[in-house]
Amino acid sequence: MIDSNIKFTCRDVRVHYGDFEALHGIDIDIPDRGVTAFIGPSGCGKSTFLRTFNRMNDTIDGARVSGQILMDGQDIYDKNLDPVLLRAQVGMVFQKPNPFPKSIYDNVAYGPRIHGLTSSKAELDALVEKSLRRAGLWDEVKDRLKLSGTGLSGGQQQRLVIARAIAVDPEVILMDEPASALDPIATAKLEALIEEIKERYCIIIVTHSMAQAARVSDKTAYFYMGDLIEYDDTDKIFTNPGDTRTQDYITGRTG
Amino acid sequence: MSEKTLTSEAAVKRLKKRRGKEWRFRMWGRASIAFALAALAWLLFSIVGTGYTAFQQNFMRLDFQLTESVLAPDGTRDPEKLRGANYRRVVQTTMYEQFPEVTNRKDKQELFALVSASGATNYLRQMVYKNPDLIGKTVTVTVPTSDQVDQLLKGYIKRDIDESRRKVSNQQIAWADTLKERGVIKKKFNRILFMNPDSRDPELAGIASAVVGSVMILVVAFVLAFPIGVGSAIYLDEFAPKNKFTDFIEININNLAAVPSIVFGLLGLAVFLNFMGMPRSLPIVGGMVLALRIFPTITIATRSAMQGVSPSIVDGALSLGASHTQAVFQQKLPLAAPGILTGSIIGMAQALGETAPLLMIGMVAFVTEIPNSITEPATALPVQIFLWSDSAERAWAERTSAAIIVLLVVLITMNGFAIWLRNRLEQRR
Repeated sequence: MIDSNIKFTCRDVRVHYGDFEALHGIDIDIPDRGVTAFIGPSGCGKSTFLRTFNRMNDTIDGARVSGQILMDGQDIYDKNLDPVLLRAQVGMVFQKPNPFPKSIYDNVAYGPRIHGLTSSKAELDALVEKSLRRAGLWDEVKDRLKLSGTGLSGGQQQRLVIARAIAVDPEVILMDEPASALDPIATAKLEALIEEIKERYCIIIVTHSMAQAARVSDKTAYFYMGDLIEYDDTDKIFTNPGDTRTQDYITGRTG
Repeated sequence: MSEKTLTSEAAVKRLKKRRGKEWRFRMWGRASIAFALAALAWLLFSIVGTGYTAFQQNFMRLDFQLTESVLAPDGTRDPEKLRGANYRRVVQTTMYEQFPEVTNRKDKQELFALVSASGATNYLRQMVYKNPDLIGKTVTVTVPTSDQVDQLLKGYIKRDIDESRRKVSNQQIAWADTLKERGVIKKKFNRILFMNPDSRDPELAGIASAVVGSVMILVVAFVLAFPIGVGSAIYLDEFAPKNKFTDFIEININNLAAVPSIVFGLLGLAVFLNFMGMPRSLPIVGGMVLALRIFPTITIATRSAMQGVSPSIVDGALSLGASHTQAVFQQKLPLAAPGILTGSIIGMAQALGETAPLLMIGMVAFVTEIPNSITEPATALPVQIFLWSDSAERAWAERTSAAIIVLLVVLITMNGFAIWLRNRLEQRR
């Protein structure tokens, strides 16, 4: 049965790098239209798990994903499903901002162009503007769309990357420690942006900062050494966690 | 008072030893560089020293009477018929007029030998062919002196050695000096070296056919090697499965870059000439052989450039739903382009300087016409240098060096351009 509030259903998901098992049997339901945070110490597998949602692990030699991940009831690891189409639905923002060394306009327009989403220049211009507005970047760059995307500040670059991801109209946005390379002010702006857009998208964010997870997310999952230890509403995790290991992590005793 | 370890006698001694070692290392480094620079300077000095004189040549400005009775006794004005006319007589007449007191037959021969016989006759023949109405008129033409006179006036033929050991007799020397005083013989810029094809007469020989041949060979080599080199690099890097077979291919491509170039000549000889029956001396065959020679260079440069592109760019493209092919061709390749370009230019410079493979496939034809297409016989500049260096007459020595100078200038320019281009493009990143 498909619960319309649930975007992803994961059952017994395991990821192997060669012989090494990085994730041991994860079961989790990720809700739609909200922010889910993955927290945990380094090397616990949260980034690996994040990458299973858009099949970016496929690009890594020797990586194997087993188990079941359903998006809206559909198996995303189905042999007949082209990952290219999946990735248009599930966008990603990386730890280090990676705009293309092209103009701001071309950065945002790249996705729509390769998927053929627009049929005229005017439509494309409108889509680029809409995406930049949604990412909160339009006012800052509207006069310099032809300038290179790499000339922006770190925070602006990250918002450009988000605009780029939004331009293909995804349903999900994955964020892998998006603020770790940014200064506190840029981080605050980014978090405000996430607040704004979470009504429209399913957002999954991996973060090292528990404070950030507490501020931004609706549900939080705590990972440790490849296992999902606890998964609950953010308020509950940070005020009254069920598992002692979670407790130890958030109070700083471990991790 | 306690002994500080920083300034104790033992510490200072150890330090001195270290510094001594470093100083000696630096001195060795400087000595090596000095040696390399000295060798380079010696090379350039000797080449430029022997070659610079070829950029000028001695010419004679003479009046030629195109007497009808000599050239067209039957009164014809047909250009084709006039080609066989006796221009030699006209030139002889002009030369005898320079010193009318000379009557002895042998002396007259020596007098005639002061001018470039083929040069003057050919020039007159061309003039009349284009304009037969010149018959009966007198024309003033500048023609080269013979190569011996040229070498004499440039100082390469020593005047003080015994006459029997010289190519020019004493009276020829006297005549030449007199003509120079009269202003008949003048030294001018040697356009012939750049405009003319090869010739049996050194005073009429130029590098034009060799340069055109080299350009054609380079173009053919580039058109073949660039797509194959870049394509195979991209395929091996991004699309080929990683197994022992592809490893084997990679190792072999890398080794190809180190294979002596003459082996490619043998390959060309065996496959293109013998098996496929293609004719010798064609730029297209030369280009194919050199394409084999330079494609490993281009492949290696392309792989290196591709590996230098940050993987986060490709990840970014993939995460937007680009296929692997799209991500490679639309994002990775443009970023690798500077390195690929630089590698290609270096590959081309390599191809320009290759002689051995071209010799093996027979591009040693004596080509006296500038080739018009890649299927006409041609030669290449390094081969031309090789052929000229083999020739006996004195005058070839300076021309060989001059051709080497031209080749070096082109190579330095190409390599310099590649380096400049790479620096420019890297700065813009």
